[in-house]
Amino acid sequence: MNFGGIDPVILLASLMVASTPILLAALGEMVVEKSGVLNLGVEGMMITGAVCGFIASVESGSPLVGFIAAAAGGALLAMLFALLTQVFQSTQVPSGLALTLVGVGLASFLGQNYVGVKSPLTTKMPIPLLEDIPVLGPILFRHDAMVYFSLFAVVVVWAVLKFTRAGLILRAVGENHTAAHALGYKVRRVRVLAIGFGGAMAGLGGAYISLIRVPQWTDGITAGIGWIALAIVVFASWKAPRVLIGAYLFGGITVLQLNLQAAGAKVPVELLSMSPFLATIVVLVVISARSKGAAGGPAMLGRIFQAR
Amino acid sequence: MFKTLLATTALALGLAGAALADDEKTKVGFVYVGPVNDGGWTQGHDHGRKMLEEHFGDTVETVFVENVPEGPDAERVMTQMALTGTDLIFTTSFGFMDPTINVAEKFPDVKFEHATGYKTADNVGTYSARFYEGRAIQGHIAGKMTKSNIVGYIASVPIPEVVRGINSAYIHAQKVNPDVEFKVIWIFEWMNPAKEADAAKALIEQGADVILQHTDSTAPLAAAQEAGGVIGFGQASDMYEYAPSPRVSSIIDNWAPYYIARTQAVMDGTWESAMTWDGISTGMVGIGEITDAVPADVKAEAEAMRDEIAAGTYHPFTGPLNKQDGTPWLAEGEVADDGTLAGMSFFVEGLTGDIPQ
Repeated sequence: MNFGGIDPVILLASLMVASTPILLAALGEMVVEKSGVLNLGVEGMMITGAVCGFIASVESGSPLVGFIAAAAGGALLAMLFALLTQVFQSTQVPSGLALTLVGVGLASFLGQNYVGVKSPLTTKMPIPLLEDIPVLGPILFRHDAMVYFSLFAVVVVWAVLKFTRAGLILRAVGENHTAAHALGYKVRRVRVLAIGFGGAMAGLGGAYISLIRVPQWTDGITAGIGWIALAIVVFASWKAPRVLIGAYLFGGITVLQLNLQAAGAKVPVELLSMSPFLATIVVLVVISARSKGAAGGPAMLGRIFQAR
Repeated sequence: MFKTLLATTALALGLAGAALADDEKTKVGFVYVGPVNDGGWTQGHDHGRKMLEEHFGDTVETVFVENVPEGPDAERVMTQMALTGTDLIFTTSFGFMDPTINVAEKFPDVKFEHATGYKTADNVGTYSARFYEGRAIQGHIAGKMTKSNIVGYIASVPIPEVVRGINSAYIHAQKVNPDVEFKVIWIFEWMNPAKEADAAKALIEQGADVILQHTDSTAPLAAAQEAGGVIGFGQASDMYEYAPSPRVSSIIDNWAPYYIARTQAVMDGTWESAMTWDGISTGMVGIGEITDAVPADVKAEAEAMRDEIAAGTYHPFTGPLNKQDGTPWLAEGEVADDGTLAGMSFFVEGLTGDIPQ
């Protein structure tokens, strides 16, 4: 199969690679927002994860160590946000923006000596038997471990939020923190944990860029992907499966538009360039409009909790 | 008593002002579009800045601001620089053109030099390198080396500089390989490693086995390396860390001699607005070592072309050449004039696709 030089199988496979950073970061942010906290620092946590992961993987020679360090780095930076908003009760929006600035600067500082350095390459992890399925095999089952992990994370986040007591508490905190507090739940503790989880996921997303998708370190390597992840959470109306759709749609159309350009499609290039943003917004707005409005946001989103 | 105090203060302030103005050091500012360690364009300019400091030692002070967006912010940065007593300011991206002109109007005593632009004023000069000379050599190697006859080109922003590069590379690839086809992807940014990597992958997936890039990061080379069997070139900096393969050669910007000469002119009071456009002959454009991944005969031809261009005996835009729509542009043996090259906004015959407007 081949449409004007574009092989759909290869296209779909590379779509998954391009989408994974957005998916990881957006999924983490969704959990944070579900707990009632708006952390706009995703970009900062991502780039911090990207640099921490890169350094750790270069120094240790192991991409796995890199990813662990990236999650730790992202979570650690997120703790700064937790400290500001949950302990000192600062307003969340400026704190999140500040976190991005801190993260970008910190990453640039840490990465100074790692420009032009090559990281160990991550090996692909084809899944035996499944990889041999025609068409589906090459698309779905011949990736690196992080792609599988991101899909697994979608299922886990969805299931935990929907079926478990922990998920129920998290959602209760996000919907009405006063009531949750009255019932004896530790609102702040839940939120700090959620913020830490969001930071770790953003860190992983960043490291996916610096270790697999690009792979190298340069300043500003995340180039705004954190902001797209933030937007996707809103358009996906805080639902894990829709976050997946949004991230794949965005990543997919990004890759598709590059392929269309290379194939010489008779579409204005400017339109192609802008299409990922347009298509993602349109599709997700339509989905959420069809299921009783887009107002699925947690009621306490961005509000400061003061225990009385 | 009070009046005396006031007068003394005024005098002291006046003296301080005079002391500042008399400062012996020549202050040179640089406005960069990317980070100084991007491994490409901005790093090249910053290398020039460091060489400048080394050359003049204590008599020169340099300042720089990196990651300056091309827009109103640039104007703010330049104004700030001019206000702090900078004598000469280099603004090193095409998008800084109008901001440079605007700020220069407000500071007639400060000299400005804008890289790759075409607007000048009494205190604004422009400078650029004839990168297309280097691209001709890349195109030759690309045409000779491609087995799939598909060459991928990652284009940044649709300005004459980039269009010229595509044309030059294509003309010379096509000359040695009539079957060659160029696939061009525009990413509308000078530097975005993730996008560059995705673009390189898309091109490779569509059969390209040579990747040319007009973007500043090494991401396309990393993608080429991962894919295997694909070659690429260093852009702006040597990018030698990817040699001998996928990086088989490079176009290196060497701004240091120019920066030193212009600063010297300011010191001597001989600075005048000029439009400088130098290439391989003066060393402003350097051709990075052609590695052994390139067959010896191709390497020899490429080096011969480099030497001919340097000697002025060969011009990369020599007719017969037609425009993309088939209208004649240059007659047999005719050489393109600098005016046309500077404003080039058309593809030559054989290239497919449109230039975004």
